[in-house]
Amino acid sequence: WPYCRKRCSYCNFNTYVVPAVDEAAVRACLVREAHTLLHLSQVHSITSVFFGGGTPSLASPHTIAAVLEAVAGAAHLPASAEVTLEANPSSTDTSRLSSFRAAGVNRLSIGVQSLDDAELQLLGREHTALEARKAVEAARGLFPGRTSIDLMFGLPGQSRDTWAQGLEAALGLCDDHISLYQLTLERGTALAAQVRGGTLPLPPQELLADMYQTARNVLAAAGFRHYEVSNFARKGALSNHNLSYWRADQYIGVGPGAHGRFVPRGEGSCSREARVQTLEPVAWMREVQSQGHGTRSRVVLSPLEQLEELLTLGLRTDEGVTHECWGHFSPQLSLQAMFGVPGEARALQEQGWLLLDGSGLRCTWAGLAVLDSLLPDLLCQLQR
Amino acid sequence: QEKLDMSTYPVESIRNFSIIAHVDHGKSTLADRLLEITGTISKTDRNKQVLDKLQVERERGITVKAQSASLFYNHEGINYLLNLIDTPGHVDFSYEVSRSLSACQGVILVVDANEGIQAQTVANFYLAFEAQLSIIPVINKIDLKNADPERVEKQIEKLFDIPTDECIRISAKQGTNVEKVLQKVIEKIPPPQCNTANPLKALVFDSTFDHYRGVVANVALFGGEIAKGNKIVSAHTKKRYEVSEVGILTPNEQPTHKLYAGQVGYLIAGMKEVTEAQIGDTLFLYKQPVEPLPGFKSAKPMVFAGMYPVDQTEYNNLKSALERLTLNDSSVTVHRDSSLALGAGWRLGFLGLLHMEVFNQRLEQEYNMSVILTAPTVPYKAVLSSAKLIKEYGKDEITIINPAQFPDKLSVSEYLEPTVLGTIVTPHEYIGKIIALCQDRRAVQKDMLYIDENRVMIKYLFPLNEIVLDFYDALKSLSSGYASFDYEDAGYQAADLIKMDILLNGNPVEELSTIIHNDKAHAAGKLLCERLKEAIPRQLFEIAIQAAIGKKIIARETLKAYRKNVVAKCYGGDITRKMKLLKRQAESKKLMRKIGNVEVPRDAFIRVLKRETDK
Repeated sequence: WPYCRKRCSYCNFNTYVVPAVDEAAVRACLVREAHTLLHLSQVHSITSVFFGGGTPSLASPHTIAAVLEAVAGAAHLPASAEVTLEANPSSTDTSRLSSFRAAGVNRLSIGVQSLDDAELQLLGREHTALEARKAVEAARGLFPGRTSIDLMFGLPGQSRDTWAQGLEAALGLCDDHISLYQLTLERGTALAAQVRGGTLPLPPQELLADMYQTARNVLAAAGFRHYEVSNFARKGALSNHNLSYWRADQYIGVGPGAHGRFVPRGEGSCSREARVQTLEPVAWMREVQSQGHGTRSRVVLSPLEQLEELLTLGLRTDEGVTHECWGHFSPQLSLQAMFGVPGEARALQEQGWLLLDGSGLRCTWAGLAVLDSLLPDLLCQLQR
Repeated sequence: QEKLDMSTYPVESIRNFSIIAHVDHGKSTLADRLLEITGTISKTDRNKQVLDKLQVERERGITVKAQSASLFYNHEGINYLLNLIDTPGHVDFSYEVSRSLSACQGVILVVDANEGIQAQTVANFYLAFEAQLSIIPVINKIDLKNADPERVEKQIEKLFDIPTDECIRISAKQGTNVEKVLQKVIEKIPPPQCNTANPLKALVFDSTFDHYRGVVANVALFGGEIAKGNKIVSAHTKKRYEVSEVGILTPNEQPTHKLYAGQVGYLIAGMKEVTEAQIGDTLFLYKQPVEPLPGFKSAKPMVFAGMYPVDQTEYNNLKSALERLTLNDSSVTVHRDSSLALGAGWRLGFLGLLHMEVFNQRLEQEYNMSVILTAPTVPYKAVLSSAKLIKEYGKDEITIINPAQFPDKLSVSEYLEPTVLGTIVTPHEYIGKIIALCQDRRAVQKDMLYIDENRVMIKYLFPLNEIVLDFYDALKSLSSGYASFDYEDAGYQAADLIKMDILLNGNPVEELSTIIHNDKAHAAGKLLCERLKEAIPRQLFEIAIQAAIGKKIIARETLKAYRKNVVAKCYGGDITRKMKLLKRQAESKKLMRKIGNVEVPRDAFIRVLKRETDK
């Protein structure tokens, strides 16, 4: 759902703030495109559905229901499938959430970001800390064990102490899943401009590293499993949908700017493609209305490119890339043959950043924090 | 084209003169006016720096290559042949200036009516004075608001001992009194003292390369005559040639039947390279050798710079551009060199900083080449004391251009550095700052003299390497542009030189070694370490960047290790972008140079080695 009521100061997503949305038209296009692409993929069964954006909680539950119906119509959508909706605290009162649940949503991800009002203002969020608390409580009531909150650290002016306090507050409030993101200053955002212009300080690298480690330790102590760079879960409440990205499963992106990775078997293809839907909603709608889908680009991924993606994404998880998973994409060359021989991976293992064993290839606890320094070397080795 | 007959101009009707001045005082504008008045070129608004043919000359408003023009002028019933020999106005080219002057019997000394006497006014005056030429002082730009000709006349009287009533006040731009200058040239400058009956003796004072006709040599005849078919010999190379064309410059080439003693013009004689017609050389007829004209010397480079193509794939293009550019500039010395960091390239020798900058600009403008210029270095020397090294080099005094060749202290009895004698002319309010600047550059004051109530001339002996980078800019900046600077070679002096190495985690980076004076080592080392710290990406371990002399560490910077480096979000929509970035990083890893365990990108060397230009 590519619409928001306002743009947050750090956001560079494909989202639009418009005075009025022709919801019926958008809904119709989402339904149509879902239908078209599902048939194109010839997929039998769906493991998860994720409503992202934008602010999906601004869409009406009717739209959510319609899309889920379209999915169920074109493939098998079991009751056990995970259906997540992203929500903003300002559009999540209990009755609204109930309607979403009735429409088929069974997991909620709330964009809390911070429990400090000053920080929320800095981020340009449209809710207060109190409103966020209320939203999480409401969500936990309706989706117990299946509510996730987003938190950000590394904000200008944040100190180790204020972060520690923020973490403690979040732990007192949260359910069993937390997504923790270091603030990334993206070009073109208001926040980046403020930092560049000198009106806001940039937290030093050392502090950011400390904050991350503190969070890892605190969350571990509270029973959370650090299963991906930025994602923590306890009692098994992992996000199945996101795991599919990191395991390089197939996924179909529906709506303006959505991304997908699947094989369009309906056209007779056997190759996995990287696909993006048209970004701008009006243009996207026109294309869906005339051709059934608004696919802006589709690129066949070579076997090497698929392996590169698998490696880059898989190493972000604590499980890493399993031998089985690797085998799907590289039947001839095993992980051992690729990375077990003398070379970059061996050196990184010796330095304590990587592990290659019976389960597969993964980062050590220390290696996960500096993964982007390890990947270029591994890609070189893979390419060779 | 109809050939001119030059025999109608007897020696008594000839005047050979030059215009000398400080930069921007109006030398070239005056030349334009003289060409117009004598009808050599038609009078239009478009006559600006007519004699400056190179694009770079016209853009920078300077004369780089000397040209000449023969002007015909009737005064009181007599037809005169006036040969104007334009000269390069910059200190880097003082040798060329002195050779041009040796073809003249007088000069017009132009001084700006507001700026007054500046450093090059002085330098050029002395060149003319030593050559015993008649000097006609001319005060220019009297049309401008701040002109103060009376003050300047007094300066001239005080410094050059020329009575104020000999000065002519003109405006070259408007043409005011310019005709008077011509008349003075005829009246005051003597005709050349030479005889057509004597054997041929011609001075080469410039040469250019023409792709169709070969080398065109600008000559002044000191005796005899020359025509097509003559067989001539170069005193310097001893090679023999046959003359295929002679003529005068008006300012374009105008062939004549002959050229006679006292006259100035050009000749073409089948020479293939400008090195065959070097400035200052003497030409004579085969079988009639003469005493060569004094003062000839081979070009001596004062400033060196490393020149590398931005990418090694451009090497061959740069090579041919250099070959063609040096066709017309025999004073640039070229040696092949290579750097571990920058690949194969050259070490070029220039007469000075301006020469180097003009050369670089010409490479860009005329050959569309963009290059990496490393900081200029100067030719240090060492007097060897080790028998082994003396045997290896074949002599006991060697010139060191590359730091890798620097002989150890134990093998050397003395290190030497080149020096120059610099002349600064400045308004007196900047004296304090200028003295401080010069002291900072290890200079020793040799003379200080007030040239008028406001202006001072100071002479300092500088080590050449202290001025080759940015001294001129610093001087201009702290004097708000009012101070001027000129220098001449002053030989070598003993110096406490050392070789400074840069280490990464204890391993030396050969590309960054420099030869430097001990007093300056700490500051230079610190700067290099800082620059390198900015240029190397962080790695998974700490990097110690150190500057060292032998085993002693004199400066240090630390680049901390990465403790967190992983993108926060990597969901469906983020993957493509992330992959692009990672693959770019993987590609540049392949190009990195590994020093010990430290990975250094190629452009790190460029950033550290590049000459800082703030132009």
